[in-house]
Amino acid sequence: MSNSTQSRDATRQVAERTMKRVNASLRKRYRAERRFRMYGILSVMLGIGFLAVLLIDIAGKGYTAFLQTYIELEVYFDPQVIAPDGALDEETLRMANYNSLIRESLAYLFPGATSRSDRRALGALVSNSAPFQLQQMVMENPGLIGQTARVTLLASADADMVMKGMISRRVPEAERRLSDMQIAWLDTLEDRGRVEKHFNKAFFTHGDSRDPEQAGIWGAIKGSFYMLAVTLVLSFPIGIGAAVYLEEFAPRNRWTDLIEVNINNLAAVPSIVFGLLGLAVFINFFGMPRSAPFVGGLVLTVMTLPTVIISSRAALTSVPPSIREAALGMGASKMQTTFHHVVPLAMPGMLTGTIIGMARALGESAPLLMIGMVAFIVDVPKGLFDPSTALPVQIYLWADAPERAFVERTSAAIIVLLAFLILMNSLAIYLRRKFERRW
Amino acid sequence: MESSVMKRERPSSEQELSNTPVKRKAASAAMSEARSGEIPKETIGDISHPDPVMVCRGVNVFYADKQAIFDVDLDIGRNQVISMIGPSGCGKSTFLRCLNRMNDTIDIARVTGSISLDGTDIYDRKLDVVPLRARVGMVFQKPNPFPKSIYENVAYGPRIHGLARDKVELDEIVHSSLERAGLLKEVKDRLEQPGTGLSGGQQQRLCIARAIAVSPEVILMDEPCSALDPIATARIEDLIDELKENYTICIVTHSMQQAARVSQRTAYFHLGYLVEVDETDKIFTNPSHKLTEDYITGRFG
Repeated sequence: MSNSTQSRDATRQVAERTMKRVNASLRKRYRAERRFRMYGILSVMLGIGFLAVLLIDIAGKGYTAFLQTYIELEVYFDPQVIAPDGALDEETLRMANYNSLIRESLAYLFPGATSRSDRRALGALVSNSAPFQLQQMVMENPGLIGQTARVTLLASADADMVMKGMISRRVPEAERRLSDMQIAWLDTLEDRGRVEKHFNKAFFTHGDSRDPEQAGIWGAIKGSFYMLAVTLVLSFPIGIGAAVYLEEFAPRNRWTDLIEVNINNLAAVPSIVFGLLGLAVFINFFGMPRSAPFVGGLVLTVMTLPTVIISSRAALTSVPPSIREAALGMGASKMQTTFHHVVPLAMPGMLTGTIIGMARALGESAPLLMIGMVAFIVDVPKGLFDPSTALPVQIYLWADAPERAFVERTSAAIIVLLAFLILMNSLAIYLRRKFERRW
Repeated sequence: MESSVMKRERPSSEQELSNTPVKRKAASAAMSEARSGEIPKETIGDISHPDPVMVCRGVNVFYADKQAIFDVDLDIGRNQVISMIGPSGCGKSTFLRCLNRMNDTIDIARVTGSISLDGTDIYDRKLDVVPLRARVGMVFQKPNPFPKSIYENVAYGPRIHGLARDKVELDEIVHSSLERAGLLKEVKDRLEQPGTGLSGGQQQRLCIARAIAVSPEVILMDEPCSALDPIATARIEDLIDELKENYTICIVTHSMQQAARVSQRTAYFHLGYLVEVDETDKIFTNPSHKLTEDYITGRFG
């Protein structure tokens, strides 16, 4: 009797002690869990924070580039200046001194500026491209000669910067690109309602330029477009063909293992190495032109192929083997099984992989530096073999430029590049969602 | 030392048997072993059939170095259902997959011996597996319709083999196949809907319709009901019973009741050996071998 009571007490004591220890350890476990959650939230917040800082900084610096300052002038198309000898042939119209027309109309507005240096300073408010604008107007419509027209001329980058507040008026005059007098003129023009800001169409339609106010990204966009077109046309069929062969047809042996290891390694090779390869093989050995989007596309193809192959193989592996068995059991050949059933089911995954590879190629600049796409190229490329730059390289070039006005253009170009990348990634997500399971 | 060597030469435990090919002895000796619970040296019962579609002799299957099937001889009779039963891993599915060379898809699998279909050796080097698989169709354990419409599922086989000359003929084949698979009534208004949207039992009947659309001689069924509920199972079993009028059916099953219900002959496999084969009634009422008896009475497996 007492014996059993004793043992029962002992059991209870052990149970109580166990509970105590469990409770103590429980508190510790919960604390550890809370701590872990905090670390997680903290690191996520940190990431989001950095991203927000980056985006706000770029957007804040870049949005001003989408507006551009213009100066409205009344220009008298003086026949004496345009065609002193009275002959209105094309050559005369092209060679005429339109700059002096602008100077005259500015001098008319500011009669106080009489000295040669003052008049030059006055002319510096208007872009170097303004005379060409007048030239074009006159050549299109020679009837303007002898008349006075109100013309909206592009302001120079410095004037633009002052109007946007990027050049501070508080900076001592000697350290400023525009003198006090020039700023006073600008203010006068603004008071008279002759300074206005318009949407900066030139930014999206022009090629690069030494004058920031004329520089645009169209050349770079077109270069990038040609390059990506070449990359897509080459890497999609080659990559998918390689993936299908390796996954569905190739025997598993030492050679295919070796190939697989090499493909995986190639995906991790720094991109500039591919640039060196392009330089050595495509330009030096095959003698292809430098700075050409075609060569850029080839280099980017070599760079994106491993990514495309790896993601396509993953997509093929994820097709359930029961589908293959069903088709083979019906008497479909290996080829029919693969192309009637497996590849269509893997296609969304393959497309996603390809688009992500393309997005990576679009953002790549290092390999392009090696094949000469970093050159200063003003003309918008008209074909695959015209010299051109690419968006990321253009950003790199502008980031390097000393003019203050290129700062906002750099950021604006980054905004455009990011917009393209977001667009491509959304397309990838859309395709994946749409075709993930066909039914 | 000596005793261990002796043991190797004369395997007695099942474990060792599975890895060691057995030398055959006289049939009478095998009969005397039938009650001992050891694997017989020779298959018990009648392996032959008066009107065979397929004749298998001395079939061995190896997965790399491991042997999965040992010396199986079996005839598959025309227009009847033969069921293959046995515990898991006994090789019944492997044997089934030999019959339309589905084992070819496994790189490490190797088949020796001879299997002939209407007198033609199907393992002949010159024989093309594509027409073979059109003559020996297959239905799998898990319903695996293509992720296409019901119509496309059934039309796929006739299309790749060029069985229909035009759309009308194809429609005809699809409808009659669905009809014979007992599915037409349920799906005739939604042939353009995805086959994967059907219930499990319907999907399996769709797979059967897909298999019979190419008019095979033999249909292999690898546990066709193991993923289905009892009602769907009953429908498939009824269907098998109807189909045997026109087709020869080999069915692998884990359900002894199913084997008893649908088949005329039953083959019992054990650890890669074909232990006993006979009329289904005989196997289930009066099995000759102890292993068979133990299995069908539920003592193991």
